[in-house]
Amino acid sequence: MLTVTTVTLLLVMALALSRAFVGPTVFDRILAANMFGTKTVLLIAVIGFLFGRPEFLDIAMVYALINFIGVIGMLRLIEYLEDENRSSQEEDA
Amino acid sequence: METYELLSAVLLAAGSFLLLSGGIGVLRFPDVYSRMHAAGITDTLGACLILLALMLLAGFSLVLLKLMMILAFLLITGPTSSHALGKAAWKAGVKPLTGKSLQR
Amino acid sequence: MLIATAIGIAVNRDLLSVVMLSSIYGLLSANFFVTMDAVDVAFTEAAVGAGISPLLMFTTMAIVGRYEKLPHRWSLSALVLVSITGALLLVATMDMPAFGAPDAPAQQHVAPRYIEQSGQEVGIPNIVTSVLATYRGFDTFGEVTVIFTAGVGVLSLLMVGDRATKPLSSHLLKASQHKILRIVSKVLIAPILLFALYVQFHGDYGPGGGFQSGVIFAAAIIVYTMLFGLDSARQVIDQAWVRVMAAVGVLLYGAVGVVSMVNGGNFLDYDVLAKDPLHGQHYGIIVIELGVGITVAAVMVLIYFSFAGRLVDRGHQDD
Repeated sequence: MLTVTTVTLLLVMALALSRAFVGPTVFDRILAANMFGTKTVLLIAVIGFLFGRPEFLDIAMVYALINFIGVIGMLRLIEYLEDENRSSQEEDA
Repeated sequence: METYELLSAVLLAAGSFLLLSGGIGVLRFPDVYSRMHAAGITDTLGACLILLALMLLAGFSLVLLKLMMILAFLLITGPTSSHALGKAAWKAGVKPLTGKSLQR
Repeated sequence: MLIATAIGIAVNRDLLSVVMLSSIYGLLSANFFVTMDAVDVAFTEAAVGAGISPLLMFTTMAIVGRYEKLPHRWSLSALVLVSITGALLLVATMDMPAFGAPDAPAQQHVAPRYIEQSGQEVGIPNIVTSVLATYRGFDTFGEVTVIFTAGVGVLSLLMVGDRATKPLSSHLLKASQHKILRIVSKVLIAPILLFALYVQFHGDYGPGGGFQSGVIFAAAIIVYTMLFGLDSARQVIDQAWVRVMAAVGVLLYGAVGVVSMVNGGNFLDYDVLAKDPLHGQHYGIIVIELGVGITVAAVMVLIYFSFAGRLVDRGHQDD
């Protein structure tokens, strides 16, 4: 059962990756990256159990943290850039 | 112990199914916001189910505690990320697909 | 998936997508390392390659701009050079023994010594840490110094001369609209810092150690800075202190080496640090890992503050 879950996770990661490539807006890509991150957390946890090495859970925890922080970073950047665009448009107008 | 393993197998299967449907949804839905629905809900719930299944397999130990911490963390940050994403998308001006544009 | 991601990174001109794809790449590598059973490496790769690097690049993009400028022409010579080097590297790897082959030279002389003797000589369960900190302690000293130098380099480049190029509009500074994010972060930052400490001191027994812990610590502080503004972050952690701490870490590491020499052993020979060699090893490892963690955290925070500082200063001057 664990192997089936692992395969499913890999499949979903590939799907998220395709969305990251295609996604017309940047928010699609951020969404895909976030999804990829949570799948990685799960993948590491499941593989840890599969191999009988529960120390992997520390990595899963770190990755969950990093994923969250990364998404916040991306969103702040977009906000900043949009603001830039808006203010430069106001200056032009 | 057999019931534990059976239960965890069921939870794993349910979680995998949710994750797979979420992944397909993210590819197929027509609009950013609907994709966020697919990704956010299935992500968090699927992750919870899978982590619960792993907890059943782990038994009472430090591993259980770590899994609970990861679960708590995912439960808190998953919806928060979706919210932040949605808010940012809205503020950037991405318009959701409403029924009007589909009635052509 | 790795190849597809790499191609995506090279071709795409939207830098934001590039950064995201590179963080996905870092994650894939981390997964790879996990399946190859190299847990510590996966840890560090996940934390740095998928965590801190994208964050720093985001700050850079805020200054530089989101789209890559159109290259004027393809440089044929560069392409040829890179292909030749790549091909040579591939050919060289064919000569190397297969992954994990038992008759490779590394497996026959060095690895058995570490694996067999580490228990008696060092006595901590995590052999990776014992190799990193004791057997190859001098290399690790070099790594810490490199990180410190990187921090000094960033400081010397960014803190001199023209202070800031881009103004930061006022509502962005406060970010007070992000109430939910702020509340959630306030709840989460303390556990993250605690987790960093756990990883730091648990490095002897499980994956972890100084580098990973420093990165996690810095990540927590960066989250705070992103959501609450650079000013509040500077009040919480004084920038002068951060610079001092970066140096303190390296100093701590070197001090351990000098203390060993003073006690009669070689530089960085931990055996002589305590009554018996085993305890000496433990003390030595804990202290140098602490030094590594402190320097890594301080340098990461320093780099982030420097990058972000270029965005803020103009706002102040306008007031």
